[in-house]
Amino acid sequence: MFASLNEKLEAVFKRLKGKGFLTSGDIDIAMKEIRLALLEADVNFKVVKGFVERVKVKSLGAQVLESLTPGQQVVKIVNDELCLLLGAENEKIRLSPNPPTVVMMAGLQGSGKTTTTAKIALHFKTQGRRPMMVAADLQRPAAIDQLITLGKQIGVPVFFSKEEKNPVKVCRDAITVAKKEARDIVFVDTAGRLHIDDELMGQLKDIKDAVLPTETLFVADSMTGQDAVNIAHTFNERIGVDGIVLTKMDGDARGGAAISIREVTGKPIKFIGTGEKIDMIEPFYPERIASRILGMGDVLSFIEKAQQTFDEKDAEKFKDKLLTDSFTLDDLRDQLSKIRSMGPIQNLLNMIPGFNRMKGVEVDEKQFVRIEAMINSMTKKEKRNPDILNGSRKIRISKGSGTTVADVNRLLKQYKDMKKMMKMFKGKKGFKMPDFMPF
Amino acid sequence: MGFVDSLKTGLKKTREALFMDVETLFSGKAVTEETIEAFEEILFTSDIGVKSTTEIIEGLKEEYKAGKIKKTDDIKVFLKSTMTAILGMPQPFVLYRERPFVVFCLGVNGVGKTTTIGKLAMKAVSEGHSVILAAADTFRAAAIEQLDVWATRAGASIVKHQHGSDPAAVAYDAVEAAKARGIDLVIVDTAGRLHTKTHLMEELKKIKRVIGKSVPGAPHETLLVLDATTGQNALSQAKLFNEAVGVTGIALTKMDGTSKGGIVLAIKKELNIPIRLIGVGEKIGDYQDFIPGEFASALFD
Ligand SMILES: Nc1nc2c(ncn2[C@@H]2O[C@H](COP(=O)(O)OP(=O)(O)O)[C@@H](O)[C@H]2O)c(=O)[nH]1
Ligand SMILES: Nc1nc2c(ncn2[C@@H]2O[C@H](COP(=O)(O)OP(=O)(O)O)[C@@H](O)[C@H]2O)c(=O)[nH]1
Ligand SMILES: [Mg+2]
Ligand SMILES: [Mg+2]
Repeated sequence: MFASLNEKLEAVFKRLKGKGFLTSGDIDIAMKEIRLALLEADVNFKVVKGFVERVKVKSLGAQVLESLTPGQQVVKIVNDELCLLLGAENEKIRLSPNPPTVVMMAGLQGSGKTTTTAKIALHFKTQGRRPMMVAADLQRPAAIDQLITLGKQIGVPVFFSKEEKNPVKVCRDAITVAKKEARDIVFVDTAGRLHIDDELMGQLKDIKDAVLPTETLFVADSMTGQDAVNIAHTFNERIGVDGIVLTKMDGDARGGAAISIREVTGKPIKFIGTGEKIDMIEPFYPERIASRILGMGDVLSFIEKAQQTFDEKDAEKFKDKLLTDSFTLDDLRDQLSKIRSMGPIQNLLNMIPGFNRMKGVEVDEKQFVRIEAMINSMTKKEKRNPDILNGSRKIRISKGSGTTVADVNRLLKQYKDMKKMMKMFKGKKGFKMPDFMPF
Repeated sequence: MGFVDSLKTGLKKTREALFMDVETLFSGKAVTEETIEAFEEILFTSDIGVKSTTEIIEGLKEEYKAGKIKKTDDIKVFLKSTMTAILGMPQPFVLYRERPFVVFCLGVNGVGKTTTIGKLAMKAVSEGHSVILAAADTFRAAAIEQLDVWATRAGASIVKHQHGSDPAAVAYDAVEAAKARGIDLVIVDTAGRLHTKTHLMEELKKIKRVIGKSVPGAPHETLLVLDATTGQNALSQAKLFNEAVGVTGIALTKMDGTSKGGIVLAIKKELNIPIRLIGVGEKIGDYQDFIPGEFASALFD
């Protein structure tokens, strides 16, 4: 469904091959594509406007680097600008010099506050701290039970009262108990509320004044659309936000809301939620979200997952191949078969650059089987040097693998795209080359 | 509060902000390219999406070039009628003749499935129907307890198993119980799941199969719950849930916020799934039938 921006710009700039710089006419066409790509990714309209203006200024007169095509050059500028906007990576929760550190969660209904509370509490528990959680959502039916259940799961005590009607009172009592029990970090799980709900926003401010949190985390659903700017702005203005958590990043949402929220609050994104299970939370890396918004796949997350599957020797071998640019179709097939052992393929595919465009078409095991069959039908020479694949060779391969010539062409294009993408990431400034990449 | 009123209250703030610009800038003035751009912005910020917005605005531009659009009001009339045409006739949630009538509720995490079920149960009970809720979200912490509270509030019965048990078995038991006891309506609650997770979508298919085994032709309504705050991803949700189990209607929740839920327009356009109702709050009565003409009006008046 989403063609990557990279792909679109490549098409726009195809006819400009060999140019050493970009003219303002070229740039205008590119900016239109960028604007639409960002809107498609749910970045807010006004935010997109400002963003595109900045990118335009930077693109004008930018020298096209030798290693890149004009399209890649502009994508690089966009990507760098997105990363800049998304802020620093891996920002930690600040701890209070006078324990307990108090962390208050805030956000709309259903954004993932309670789940995230337990996830972060577990994170601190495994670091040897003594956390406590406070059930301050007295609104949603069984919200207290939900936190109690999660508390049992992770072995963290929960302060709650099923009689008290006033969450401010519950929170105040909780802090007293936390001090008495020498808890060093307290998480306050509040009820979801609409930013325009005056009464409940007032109540949240009262809770904040009562517990004086070291950190107030705004928990936002990564699938949020255009309204993210209004929501985040109002929460930040009325309550004061110190950090952001983006949840439900395990889906296929492009996550443009991250840009909108950063732009209007300027506050760091500290964590991302990547699943319903209680250990599925990760630190934030701007590169990942940027390439996701651009539809280039979540390369880094993919690499991290892969690292758990591939051993050291594989890694060294792969690194060599990458550095010497000798990654062949044989290697691709081997990597694919390893990937198949890594879990739900659909989740993984979304993260692979050049592959994500297959999403929604035929993202199933069969696709992998087909690719393997095609590669298996090639001769050694062909696998090492796919450039020699002419029409008759392609027909032979498609017959041998029960596919079509179009399938073979698609595979070859994807293979080329991957190699191109690898080069791009390799050359990117500030991009730490991982110990290895699976492709 | 009527449908229009509640929608209007919800949409008021953003609309005011947006139309303030439009109104003060253009009222009384002849329509220019800029006026059209201002309306394009309104469509974009309503989450209608790039494709649908572009198509609708192209249509508007053609009318404009043909000289049929002269005043700002003409634009509003055009957009309203275009959008109403896309959304089609009102198709609210109703119990047809089948007994038990089985409703299968699904959606991604946290959109408001359980709450919507509480609201639907309340409505059915107040209309004199007997209702069983099936607690087939056996995954999320305290999901069963939550549905239990709603059952009590609505005056419905509940069929529940243990946390972690097979959701299809819960659904099956609920439908069987309804048959045995002559119950009118069964609403099956399910665990939230992202549409991209193949194994969880398989689980939904299984629940659906099992329901159909007990009552041929059931579920009679497969209701996809969408959060109005969600952007373009809602289209992907609708596509994949529809592919997996065949969605027959949409419930659009959290319309009491400032999000406009415009993505349902793109969904109706691409998948032709009718929107049945909107959620306008957390209380049991905070529910309205979806009326296309008024939804469109609320965006542009
Ligand atoms: N897939 C996924 N689901 C999540 C994530 N975080 C929370 N959820 C789910 O979202 C739903 C709402 O979460 P909850 O913590 O109850 O939200 P709250 O209303 O803000 O407290 C639940 O079904 C959670 O399991 C995440 O990172 N990924
Ligand atoms: N403001 C508002 N909140 C809603 C609406 N529907 C549900 N909610 C809230 O959204 C959160 C998630 O709802 P729930 O029914 O548990 O979602 P589920 O995970 O899909 O079953 C809860 O806090 C509900 O109170 C609505 O129409 N408006
Ligand atoms: Mg909660
Ligand atoms: Mg639920």
